[in-house]
Amino acid sequence: MTLADTQPQALSFDCETGNYHTFCPISCVAWLYQKIEDSFFLVIGTKTCGYFLQNAMGVMIFAEPRYAMAELEEGDISAQLNDYEELKRLCEQIKRDRNPSVIVFIGTCTTEIIKMDLEGLAPKLEGEIGIPIVVARANGLDYAFTQGEDTVLAAMAQRCPNKAPATASEQEERNGLQKLLNFGRKQEEVAAADSEYVDHPPLVLFGSLPDPVVTQLTLELKRQGIKVSGWLPAKRYTELPVLEEGSYVCGVNPFLSRTATTLMRRRKCKLIGAPFPIGPDGTRAWVEKICSVFGIEPKGLDEREAQIWQNLEDYVQLIRGKSVFFMGDNLLEISLARFLIRCGMTVPEIGIPYMDKRYQAAELALLERTCHEMNVTLPRIVEKPDNYNQLQRINDLQPDLVITGMAHANPLEARGISTKWSVEFTFAQIHGFANARDILELVTRPLRRNSALKDLGWEKLVKEEAQV
Amino acid sequence: MKLAYWMYAGPAHIGTLRIASSFKNVHAIMHAPLGDDYFNVMRSMLERERNFTPVTASVVDRNVLARGSQNKVVDNITRKDQEESPDLIVLTPTCTSSILQEDLQNFVDQAQMEAKGDVLLADVNHYRVNELQAGDRTLQQIVQFYIEKARKQGDLATEKTERPSVNIIGISTLSFHNNHDHRELVKLMGDLGIEVNAVIPDGASVHELKNLPRAWFNLVPYRELGGMTADYLHTEFDMPSVRITPMGIVDTARCIRAIQVVLNGQGAAVDYEPFIDEQTRFVSQAAWFSRSIDCQNLTGKRAVVFGDNTHAAAMTRILAKEMGIKVVLAGTYCKYDADWFREQVSDYCDEVLISDDNAAIATAIARLEPAAIFGTQMERHVGKRLDIPCGVIAAPIHIQNFPVGYTPFVGYEGANQIVDLVYNSFTLGMEDHLLEIFGGHDTKEAITREITTDSDLNWSKDGLTELNKIPGFVRGKVKRNVEKFARDRQITTITAEVLYAAKEAVGA
Repeated sequence: MTLADTQPQALSFDCETGNYHTFCPISCVAWLYQKIEDSFFLVIGTKTCGYFLQNAMGVMIFAEPRYAMAELEEGDISAQLNDYEELKRLCEQIKRDRNPSVIVFIGTCTTEIIKMDLEGLAPKLEGEIGIPIVVARANGLDYAFTQGEDTVLAAMAQRCPNKAPATASEQEERNGLQKLLNFGRKQEEVAAADSEYVDHPPLVLFGSLPDPVVTQLTLELKRQGIKVSGWLPAKRYTELPVLEEGSYVCGVNPFLSRTATTLMRRRKCKLIGAPFPIGPDGTRAWVEKICSVFGIEPKGLDEREAQIWQNLEDYVQLIRGKSVFFMGDNLLEISLARFLIRCGMTVPEIGIPYMDKRYQAAELALLERTCHEMNVTLPRIVEKPDNYNQLQRINDLQPDLVITGMAHANPLEARGISTKWSVEFTFAQIHGFANARDILELVTRPLRRNSALKDLGWEKLVKEEAQV
Repeated sequence: MKLAYWMYAGPAHIGTLRIASSFKNVHAIMHAPLGDDYFNVMRSMLERERNFTPVTASVVDRNVLARGSQNKVVDNITRKDQEESPDLIVLTPTCTSSILQEDLQNFVDQAQMEAKGDVLLADVNHYRVNELQAGDRTLQQIVQFYIEKARKQGDLATEKTERPSVNIIGISTLSFHNNHDHRELVKLMGDLGIEVNAVIPDGASVHELKNLPRAWFNLVPYRELGGMTADYLHTEFDMPSVRITPMGIVDTARCIRAIQVVLNGQGAAVDYEPFIDEQTRFVSQAAWFSRSIDCQNLTGKRAVVFGDNTHAAAMTRILAKEMGIKVVLAGTYCKYDADWFREQVSDYCDEVLISDDNAAIATAIARLEPAAIFGTQMERHVGKRLDIPCGVIAAPIHIQNFPVGYTPFVGYEGANQIVDLVYNSFTLGMEDHLLEIFGGHDTKEAITREITTDSDLNWSKDGLTELNKIPGFVRGKVKRNVEKFARDRQITTITAEVLYAAKEAVGA
């Protein structure tokens, strides 16, 4: 790839509104049921939805029995059966078998089309079975892949208590996170530790991350004297964070624009719009932004970032000067592209299923700044890309790496193009300073593998000239 | 509404897409919301397919819903027609978009006016049939479409081939070991001196379909796919068909004999008995295996079989007839075709189970405690929990069902492969047993090897100590029986006393 002579001044956004492949947003149950340990996810949809979870995500078998399908049959579709009675029957069975702290109804395209009033049913049902029911419409008509998490968190945001519990026992039950951080310490020590924090309004972080990453990011802010009062979602539904009016909130995932809006509009929280804590550059910018909101002078971030970069150097050497093409899948694309450009890669195109320019504003600004600082062409951002057209562009550009959904990975590899599944970035631990190495481990793996096989001379494993 | 944790057969559109993408140069357009096009992922990932899956989703989103999808679908069909010039474009909705009750036939008619290739709407009811039935129907529909087209154009080939010939119907993509079965069946026909007129749909061109009537007969190796097509060809051209799955030595011979009858009925004079005898006694290893000393150890072992009709029925018969293994339960998830299954297996097993509820089969396995299971990936999972070995013999499809090496399930080589599968499933159990008897290396291992996720029982310290004294190869069984005993009596903590009480009561 050659750099264009004239560099565009600002990012360009296209919307192809094409035929593109990505996973269904109901996929979010695959990680959310693991994250929220006392939950039960009930996906209300058809055989098509169930078979997806089972075969394409390949997780159903392990999940049993903490998530299930409420499979809609002909009688449900033609409204011969009563939705309420049917759901009640299923919920009673779930209560009997599993007794979860919360049942999350995942609405699908089908419940949208038959206009099943899940939000209307839930309150009455909740009262009758005695378990909270959260309704999220994670349907493919409105959302793509990771946005499923957004719909669930937006719904849960409304269930967060608005003031701290009064009694000590309740407090005890709710304070899972603090307990974790203060593990093994005595009460007095904890009180003393509290003084390590600067006095600032409550801060709640939102976005589902594996527990070790939650701890890492919480500690990262603690180094700056910032106390995280809670995470949405918490490890348990009963530990949902307190959201007072005027609390500060900050997202860790780029696909949570609906949750952000709900927190601002419905819970009157103040959103901290920061780049996302992905890569050492992004994590630093994220910490800095939060510090700046609380009027704190960040300490030691320069050294910390420099040290992480130093640790990454062996991986960065492998990708510096190489090009990466994002076909677009999980909405992490902008953050990943920004980090990889900082590593010295070039990015001709970033496909993305949905682009919320307001929620991602800080990230987009950082991307632009990074491109200028690294002196590379700004990528073309293509919303709702057309996969067929993208394959033509890939064929023309011959990028060194394509980050793509699973449907295109093997055919591209067969045509001599190195690929990495975007899904892996969804499931891997990629947030924070320390995990930057994991991102590069993933990014460089196809390059390392294919350079190991290079001498065999088997680059292309299809007969015809790359037919797309 | 049905509470479902697992599905044995996929939704209808998967069946349609399996047929469409099996043919050469046929493209399918899915009229579906974002994310419903995971068929592409299954094809590309599970089957490690090198080519782009010839399926495009015409995405239905809020805007499309509001404006109506006609233009988008028609545009996508004509666009694909120009981009890749497929011979045929098959349009299919999914469970979701079929509720919209749009006149998709009208979309197809409109697209056909512009498209150079043929355009066809897959005609299946997405709420009444599953993947298997829909596949069968779509194959028949495509065959009928091209037979009628050829008839109209006057180039239908009905004259029989000079030498005996066959159409092998029902080999498809994303099916259980079909790619290897394909090769084995073609070889078998070659050995029998039968020309292969066509194999459909896998790798076939739709242009060949007008030549189907030229074959002397149709071979339908699988119960699930191809039956409707064979029926259609019988009605139209009076073509005979052979529908015996050539799986195992006995049924392969039965299939070949049926072929002989069909051919000789049309004027051939073939005698396949010497071939069958030679293969059975001297070439195939499977018949010899049944007689060898190794196989004696399997005599009277108890097995549970579960799968689709074809594989579960064939496996039951092989185990019972060819190996002397006792099939305590044979089951199928093909509820729509239950009578056939019962008729096929009832002489060879103690119990028949017709169900697509994974819990029903898991419960039956736990109750029967067989020495081995032959089932799907789900039963393999159940077996893991109960520490019972499981050989996988049927779909739902999994990446492990696409081994790189040659492993057919049909014909004489298939019989060998099945013997290996059975033998390996059982011997692993036997090895464990011997290790335990001779004080194997894992005597100190934790006793709770199974994951009793749903266990609400506690073992007291002395209970555990006693349990640990029980030899390892029966420990799992004793543990399960004691827990059952305790649960029945609402005992929550199992002490040494409870363990011995259980032993007395149920002989655990």
